[in-house]
Amino acid sequence: MTTRDRRAPGSLEKQVWALLLDAGRPLTTGEVRDRLHEQTPAEAPLAHTTVVTILGRLHGKGLLTRSLDGRAHRYTPASTPEGVAATRMHQALADEGDHEAVLSNFVSGLSGTDEALLRRLLGQDG
Amino acid sequence: MHIAVYLPLLLPLLAARGAVPLARRLPPRLATWLLTGAAVALAACSTVALALLAATAAVRIPVLATIERYSLAVVARDDPASVWVALAAALLLAAGGLALARVAIRRAQALLATHRHTRLLPGEEQLVVLPDPSPEAYAAPGRPGRIVVSTAMLDALSPAEQDALIAHEISHLTHGHHLFLATAHLAAALNPLLRPVSRAVGYTIERWADEDAAQDAGDRPVVARAVGHAALASAPAPRAPRPALGLGIAPALPRDAGDVPRRVAALLIAPARAQRVLLVAAIALVLVAALATLEAQQDFEALLELARRAVPGSPVA
Repeated sequence: MTTRDRRAPGSLEKQVWALLLDAGRPLTTGEVRDRLHEQTPAEAPLAHTTVVTILGRLHGKGLLTRSLDGRAHRYTPASTPEGVAATRMHQALADEGDHEAVLSNFVSGLSGTDEALLRRLLGQDG
Repeated sequence: MHIAVYLPLLLPLLAARGAVPLARRLPPRLATWLLTGAAVALAACSTVALALLAATAAVRIPVLATIERYSLAVVARDDPASVWVALAAALLLAAGGLALARVAIRRAQALLATHRHTRLLPGEEQLVVLPDPSPEAYAAPGRPGRIVVSTAMLDALSPAEQDALIAHEISHLTHGHHLFLATAHLAAALNPLLRPVSRAVGYTIERWADEDAAQDAGDRPVVARAVGHAALASAPAPRAPRPALGLGIAPALPRDAGDVPRRVAALLIAPARAQRVLLVAAIALVLVAALATLEAQQDFEALLELARRAVPGSPVA
């Protein structure tokens, strides 16, 4: 089991999403894979099919638009008003520390023991 | 003044100890009001007490004595605090004032920035669903306030749980929970001993919104599941299969359990009833602080009066 396998569900999705937001232009699957590897050079690069799956999932959720460039698909964040707003809100949240206190988040962070406890409370074996 | 002036400085320690049990055992709306009110009152009392102690240093300045025509000898004889204590009080007073200003400015900036960003959100509806692969849900206060939920958060919840989440956020906006939190933070900036009290307010406003959502849904376990599933979706761990909907028997919470499991556990048991002992103790604490402050202030004035009388030809003599 590599460390990547133990990541949060969707954590790769988040990483790919952030990467495409930052890219500023449509990227191919290969480019996404290379950039992911640049971000975490210590880890083995992801399999091409894994990246295809992640991009497919994000596309399926309507978060990405896909265009055919030669034989490769290029992906870019869907430029809906919601997408733009999401980007702005995220930047705003990241910028100012006191935002945390103004925006009431539904759930705060969980520690490891909290998580096990929570699973027990929910009747789920952890 | 000799003892009375120190009481308002020590009582916040007691309040800090009592804040957590109070937050957990009283109904959340009552607890929020009580903790916020106590934080403000205790911060005000301790600030006045520090100001009185600092003033005892100020009144020993000879120029002041000449201008104001009071006897330095009387002040020095009856003065309750040593110069060093008075100077320390002056420093604490200044530090508290600076911290208060800093927190007030930062919070005002954050509120303004939130208003700016909220206006950029699409649509007119109160609820905004943002396409985003990370699970997010929050209420942004404003006129009107908006509720922002990401697609990933909605994916993690059942329809009934989604309703519970939205009812929770509406409660935050309707009751102006961010104002309680801001007030408590400002009080804690003025007197850092009150930080546990302001942290407790952060917990009770979440509980308040949870209880409102539970009332709205007519179903406490569904809110518990919404909170639990949302937290697990945000947690950095592999996702186990979705928990069965049958809720486990609430285990005894360990002492160091965090806020989220506590909220879930609180929703799985019957709603809290007001415990009169806690309520009376909290009110008594604030009253003692207020009376001690008043007493200290009157003693200080009496001291000045005495010192004035000792100067021949002074207007009060």
